[in-house]
Amino acid sequence: MKSKSRAPRGGAAKLKAIKVGFLARVEGEGGLHVKLRDGKVTDVKVNIFEPPRFFEAFLRGRRFTEAPDITARICGICPIAYQMSSIHAMEDILGVKVTGQLRELRRLIYCGEWIESHVLHLAMLHAPDFLGYEDAIRMAKDHPDLVKLALRLKKAGNEIVRILGGREIHPVNVRVGGFYRVPSKAELQPLEEELKWARDAAQQVVQFTASLPMPEFEQDYEFVALRHPDEYPFNEGRLVSNKGLDIAVREFDEHFEEEHVAHSNALHSRIKRRGNYFVGPNARYSLNFDRLSPIAQEAAKAAGLGPVCRNPFQSIVVRAVETLYAVDEALRIIGQYEPPDRPCVDLEPRTGTGYGCSEAPRGILVHRYRIDNQGVILDAKIIPPTSQNLRTMEQDLWHFVPQNIHLGPEKLTWQCEQALRNYDPCISCATHFLKLTIEEESS
Amino acid sequence: MHLLRHSFPETDHRGGIILSDRAAPAPRLVIGVGNDLRRDDGAGLVAARQLRGLAIPGVAVIEASGEGAGLMDLWSGADCVHLIDAARSGAAPGTIRRIDAVTQTVPTDLFHYSTHAFGVAQAVEMARSLGMLPPCLVLHAIEGADFSAGEGLTPAVEQAVDRVVRDIAAQLADL
Repeated sequence: MKSKSRAPRGGAAKLKAIKVGFLARVEGEGGLHVKLRDGKVTDVKVNIFEPPRFFEAFLRGRRFTEAPDITARICGICPIAYQMSSIHAMEDILGVKVTGQLRELRRLIYCGEWIESHVLHLAMLHAPDFLGYEDAIRMAKDHPDLVKLALRLKKAGNEIVRILGGREIHPVNVRVGGFYRVPSKAELQPLEEELKWARDAAQQVVQFTASLPMPEFEQDYEFVALRHPDEYPFNEGRLVSNKGLDIAVREFDEHFEEEHVAHSNALHSRIKRRGNYFVGPNARYSLNFDRLSPIAQEAAKAAGLGPVCRNPFQSIVVRAVETLYAVDEALRIIGQYEPPDRPCVDLEPRTGTGYGCSEAPRGILVHRYRIDNQGVILDAKIIPPTSQNLRTMEQDLWHFVPQNIHLGPEKLTWQCEQALRNYDPCISCATHFLKLTIEEESS
Repeated sequence: MHLLRHSFPETDHRGGIILSDRAAPAPRLVIGVGNDLRRDDGAGLVAARQLRGLAIPGVAVIEASGEGAGLMDLWSGADCVHLIDAARSGAAPGTIRRIDAVTQTVPTDLFHYSTHAFGVAQAVEMARSLGMLPPCLVLHAIEGADFSAGEGLTPAVEQAVDRVVRDIAAQLADL
């Protein structure tokens, strides 16, 4: 961790600034700068200096079939999310509905991504914060069994993505309308034994996260997530919140807006006329607890979670619960799998605008495309989860820093970084982000 | 448009899709790490391809992205591993640093990898913490000059790749 408090010695009362030049253990480049005057926060900026990446511009002029492979390159951790949001947006335009085993395979590959992303973050990036280690390498010396278990569990997720996606990093087998090739039953079968081990392992991980020392911090968030009538959401559902939002994905632009702020190369999102909101595991869980499988609900209860979780630090527990759910769901899908007759459905391009929204590990990922009757992309808009959470991340620190000023510069800086990692921020995705600085202004 | 160049995985002779990273564990292994769409960042991959071309008996050659957990998997079961990657430390372009990772700590700022900062150095140190290092692991770091988008190595790096290939080939031939 490269964070360094620049506060003078003399205790909390003299704390002027918290600065983290480069936030460690996050994806991409960003920083945090908190200004204080007389112990009160006067400014919080999550600075995103990862350069803009122009993916939306790259997409113009490409064919609608290319969107899943191009957008998958936005992120090495959540390429499936990009593929899924893009294909659903295109299918929205084409009036295509993918059902049956092809739809189940989409859920299965998403299970793989959730497992690998959640386990990497909770065990290797976030757990060291709670246990007081500078990084997972130092933590591994004292907790080798945990780290070995996490690495094997992550590998089980990677394996799902490899088998269905063609390879672990930047998979290439997902297409608008389905897949290029679907697996045989025999190809999925080897996953089953490892996933049965993984289900037990994930339960242990939930128990481990429940045992961590947990900062007490709750806010009255507006949680936003997909909600589906029958299932814990991956690909489909309505966009709902705990404050009355209940819209079709197509209505996204009517209810949400993005704005540019000077300190960030990532746009900030907000709900029109209301402000910031919270996407990701806590939101998904709090809006969909009743959709979790029984084993995941039981594990959550045993870990001390209620059906709503407003403490963002407990996101580490929620991620473990969601990992367990993803393993359980993967086993369900594999257990009932029969290869579909065809790997994809027929597609005929037509003029139109379409929306796709899926639940990336970090929260809702919205894609909007406009294509012509030849299937050429005329316009693209991508709203990743981290940019939707940026205002909430800043808001958290406005409240967290004054409540914890007594901790002193070093521990407070540490916990500010930990608070940002609650969101598992993916700056690379959001840039279109972390250094941490806290600064005291003269009275 | 470089984004999708080389984006499709190799196909094995049985007709299935395989990831080139997933060769069966071999006692002697060369792992080339990098991204050849970012110019000198591809040095490790170019070196690996040259070593593959030499077809040294009993040596498996793997090209990898550098994702740390995957690297630990790759060298699991191997006796002797040579890993080649580009470095960006401020040294003169083409500078080669050879690190015996079994006896030396790997500087975490030598290699750069973005995915949540778990790359070559972190994989080596994590494996050391867990007692999962192979008996022999040598890192060959080639200092790059140009990591911008595009293909091809700068001349100094190209020459350094040749030297690293000769060095590794000689060591593997002596075993």
